[in-house]
Amino acid sequence: MGSIVLKQVTKRFGDVEVIPPLDLSIVEGEFVVFVGPSGCGKSTLLRLIAGLEDVTSGTVEINGQDATTARPAARGLAMVFQTYALYPHMSVRKNIAFPLKMAGLDQAEIDRKVNGAAQVLNLTDYLDRRPGQLSGGQRQRVAIGRAIVREPMAFLFDEPLSNLDAALRVNMRLEISELHQKLATTMIYVTHDQVEAMTMADKIVVLRDGYIEQVGSPLELYNSPANLFVAGFIGSPKMNFIEGAEASKHGAHTIGVRPEHLVITQDAGMWQGTVGVAEHLGSDTFLHVAVDGVGTLTVRAPGELALRHGDAITVTVPGDKIYRFDRDGSAVR
Amino acid sequence: MATTHSRTAARFMISPSVLLLLGWMIVPLSMTIWFSFQSYNLLSPGTEEWIGFLNYEFFLTDPAFFAALSNTLLLVLGVLVITIIGGTLLALLLDQPVFGQGVVRILVIAPFFVMPTVSALVWKNMFMNPVNGLFAHAAKAMGLEPFDFLAHAPLFSVTLIVAWQWLPFATLILLTALQSLDQDQLEAAEMDGAGPFSRFIYIVVPHLSRAITVVILIQTIFLLSIFAEILVTTNGGPGYASTNITYLVYAQSLLQFDVGGGSAGGIIAVILANIVAFFLMRMIGKNLEA
Repeated sequence: MGSIVLKQVTKRFGDVEVIPPLDLSIVEGEFVVFVGPSGCGKSTLLRLIAGLEDVTSGTVEINGQDATTARPAARGLAMVFQTYALYPHMSVRKNIAFPLKMAGLDQAEIDRKVNGAAQVLNLTDYLDRRPGQLSGGQRQRVAIGRAIVREPMAFLFDEPLSNLDAALRVNMRLEISELHQKLATTMIYVTHDQVEAMTMADKIVVLRDGYIEQVGSPLELYNSPANLFVAGFIGSPKMNFIEGAEASKHGAHTIGVRPEHLVITQDAGMWQGTVGVAEHLGSDTFLHVAVDGVGTLTVRAPGELALRHGDAITVTVPGDKIYRFDRDGSAVR
Repeated sequence: MATTHSRTAARFMISPSVLLLLGWMIVPLSMTIWFSFQSYNLLSPGTEEWIGFLNYEFFLTDPAFFAALSNTLLLVLGVLVITIIGGTLLALLLDQPVFGQGVVRILVIAPFFVMPTVSALVWKNMFMNPVNGLFAHAAKAMGLEPFDFLAHAPLFSVTLIVAWQWLPFATLILLTALQSLDQDQLEAAEMDGAGPFSRFIYIVVPHLSRAITVVILIQTIFLLSIFAEILVTTNGGPGYASTNITYLVYAQSLLQFDVGGGSAGGIIAVILANIVAFFLMRMIGKNLEA
């Protein structure tokens, strides 16, 4: 229950090919995150799986059965929208009950399931309110409640947290992860935020212009990115890329160094430079260091550092923490 | 940030227009009330005198009054039903992406720009005429007896004409409401297993309820005072079959020259309109609250 396989799926809108031929398989119970910059086709891919868009060619298999032409409702999937898409004229109770009512369940059964879902999501006190009277986080939970009562084979989340403020987003992230632990249902989650992807996913699918750049667990992507794009997209602050003579020394066209792998050394080191902007976060200090012949490097140093604009420092990176890329951006192993 | 000062200034600033509008309303209203208590007939000038409630008594006990009252309500109700059901369906149709959408929309709005007398004449002579009308030709082509609409179903015919005129208004308001419906909601409903009909009933109709309320309120105001269509087509007849209150007031004051009786009828029409408005607001006014 809950495996999804895409075979040679494409999608065109008129002349524009949004999704070039694409293969992807999602195992039952996995938490898969589609991540990529805006316009990379991740939402379209989700809508193709949901059945809200028709594929131009290729097949979509759900649970081993061809669902390419099945209606959205017949696919047994539930979706949580970015805008929540709650029905504003219905109470929370009726919103959550709507899919059950459409499925023709009897009232006692509906009540039992709605109350169950409300308990799981801490919505019991709000059941008789309208969506307009709820806060953003509560609305989000109602949208999730409407999805879980159907007991779907898989949940689809379309950027569900992007309308929430930062603190709430962290909370909801945890709640969704906990929900996944509890239900053990397949979840597909679309986001442009690599932090959400890294923290929640079992498997991340990095997309660019409709192409899958890399598929793997969060740490696989972090430790061995397949190319420059993935290397730059995963990790915060962004990886430093160095080209030219310095890269040639390591036998690559471009080398990448993560800010957290750069170590500040007192005397001898690889690169000598001057501190530009220093961002003091308390737990970390981000230094922008200008190095001759290399460019500006971002350095992440733990804790507080008494370094200021114009100070000269030396930074070093352990040899095994240097990522090497060839001329067309692929990783050199 | 409205301070006490700025609020006082605002009241002061808008007072001229409020006073003007008040005067505009109060002068004709008090004159009508004054005339309604007078014996005032244009055929016998100089004999005006105070007669108390006699005009009201005559008007309210006139058998024509009850016919006109029910005709008024039937006309309003009939037009509302046709325009709202027809308008919703047309709006759904126009919301679909079709070739030449802009032109089609303008064509649909067109009847609203035709003045009432003209559209009533067009309907009377070109469609409903039992000899030359299009409906008569159609009936004859199918071997049926032509139906004389204005003679045998006068109120229905007037309702049809007025509904044709107001259908574009309802369509337009409902179309814009339809376009403001969040597509995500429809998609969510689709994911939730609602078919096209369920989506219409549970998502689209509730979304349209506010627009429908606006259509009902605005149209009722205008439909209570339908006059030109009746004057041009049936003259309120046969008998009183298509006379509404407005037409009755006209007949009283300008055909029988009884200004006093007409004024009394006018005041009664005002009171009736307020009763209708009261019940309308009680029934559907809550839809207008945010």
